Amino acid sequence: MKQFLAFVKKEFYHVLRDRRTLLILFGMPIAQILIFGFALTNEVKNEKILIVDNAKDISSRRIISEIEASKYFQIENPVSDPNQITRAFKRGIIRVALIFPAGFHNDLMHLHKAQIQIIADASDPNVATTLTNYISAIIQDYQLNINQTYQIPFQIIPEIRMLYNPELKGAPNFVPGVMALVLMLICVLMTAISIVKEKETGTMEILLVSPFKPVLVILAKAVPYLILSLINVVTILLLSIFVLKVPVRGSVLLLFAESTLFIITCLTLGIFISIKTNTQQVAMLVSLMGMLLPTVLFSGFMFPIENMPVALQAFSNLVPSKWFYIIVKSIMIKGVGFSVIWKETLALLGITLFLFFISIKSFKIRMA
Amino acid sequence: MPGVVVKTDKLTKRFGDFIAVNEISFEVFKGEIFGFLGANGAGKTTAMRMLIGLSKPTSGSAVVAGFDVYKQTENIKRNIGYMSQKFSLYEDLTVLENISFYGGIYGLSDAEIRTKSDLLITELGLENQAKKLVASLPLGWKQKLSFLVALLHEPKIIFLDEPTGGVDPLTRRQFWDLIYAASDKGITIFVTTHYMDEAEYCNRISIMVDGKIEALDSPQNLKKKFNANSMNEVFYELARGAKRAE
Repeated sequence: MKQFLAFVKKEFYHVLRDRRTLLILFGMPIAQILIFGFALTNEVKNEKILIVDNAKDISSRRIISEIEASKYFQIENPVSDPNQITRAFKRGIIRVALIFPAGFHNDLMHLHKAQIQIIADASDPNVATTLTNYISAIIQDYQLNINQTYQIPFQIIPEIRMLYNPELKGAPNFVPGVMALVLMLICVLMTAISIVKEKETGTMEILLVSPFKPVLVILAKAVPYLILSLINVVTILLLSIFVLKVPVRGSVLLLFAESTLFIITCLTLGIFISIKTNTQQVAMLVSLMGMLLPTVLFSGFMFPIENMPVALQAFSNLVPSKWFYIIVKSIMIKGVGFSVIWKETLALLGITLFLFFISIKSFKIRMA
Repeated sequence: MPGVVVKTDKLTKRFGDFIAVNEISFEVFKGEIFGFLGANGAGKTTAMRMLIGLSKPTSGSAVVAGFDVYKQTENIKRNIGYMSQKFSLYEDLTVLENISFYGGIYGLSDAEIRTKSDLLITELGLENQAKKLVASLPLGWKQKLSFLVALLHEPKIIFLDEPTGGVDPLTRRQFWDLIYAASDKGITIFVTTHYMDEAEYCNRISIMVDGKIEALDSPQNLKKKFNANSMNEVFYELARGAKRAE
């Protein structure tokens, strides 16, 4: 145990003395959270909206003037042909349209119930949700207004259509995505590089000749990154809660337990890469191309998996970050407990055990 | 008769059809400086790796520091020191940190590490550099330091794999002073080298050609036997017959 601690201490020296490592380790998560949080914001202002008013009555005009008055929307020249709406969406001129049916006011007054259609371009699901929410809110305001003056309540039912990505799956929130990305990068890349570095400089041989067990060498290298990664999880969560106002709805303890599991997955991956490669450059390239890219592409963080070809959907199941992303999203945003995410946890655990097994195996082959 | 520290009998290592080390048998005695020579590809590194427990022999037997290379590698590791041709300290750690790290993984107590690092630093005259990063030391100092660090746990035998590569003759000479000092304390030195002047410093040398030991004796006797003036000539005489190129 004392030997192990001496080793871990040395690993911390390595990490803490290298400014570039430190920068990646602690600067990157903060930078990513802030970039995703502020630069890539979903806030809408002066959004162009196309309104098709088939009713042209007092109610439709009042709603239109409310929309006009809000700072969120800018009304495009009215059209009447539905084909023109499609064209405007395809060309990207508008991202949202509102359609009043003929006899809107009439329906509202006599049936106490009227429909209204909101169409949004959901290829960017976050924006689509925001836009439809804003419009729904304006309509609801109007509804409350008229309800005050009449005895029997009126009801306007907005019918919302999401174009291109009807289920809105994809990016309800980026914090879980950044978490997967950062942990992947730090654990896989840093572990792989730090082990391969010992091979490159020749110190690995010295360690293998010492009575210190080879498996312990690997474990001791992984411990500092486990601790530092957990610190990163804390940083990301604090930034998310206090700067971005994205709270953790579910159990923080569960979130940490799942994060630890994912960190171990990544460390195992890093160890596996380090066993298979002999130079730092190759290790870095393999980590970036082989691990980071799939995380970005197949975790569902940037691109909805549902829209991919079946073969790629199947492949995404092998990407550990996909499972972690679903888990974090479920805990943070939906606030669910372990009973809902046990399948994903099991998948992650399975991948980890598999990686661990083949790492140990290839490590033994190398030793012979 | 001094004790035997290394004894091999028909030690062999094959990689598929290739016989890297072919039935070598030799003994190394306590406190001896044993030079292990051979051209590149002659098999000396493979032989050494088997002795230090990094590689399993295909056949034959070997006993190092009293332990069997097949079954007792853990005991062997505890009783040997090793310094590779690559410089083997951590550049981003200070001199003291390197010492306490290696002391730590060999399981020395804090008190032992403290006394030993004091001794070592005085011996090398590194008092002013003790808290500086190893990266800032000249190569010659680094090599001397890594030799003494490899002796920290008081091994019975130390294996040196081309320890003086890339340093000037004067520094090499100083390095050999350290080797003599260790040998005087009864530590056995097993050294591979490319420099024939260093071969002359050894008590006995073996010369490997194509996986076999072709000659084994003291430098004086070898020179007499091959009717040569220097070890260089002896080496050329033997290595000329090699069929393997690198």
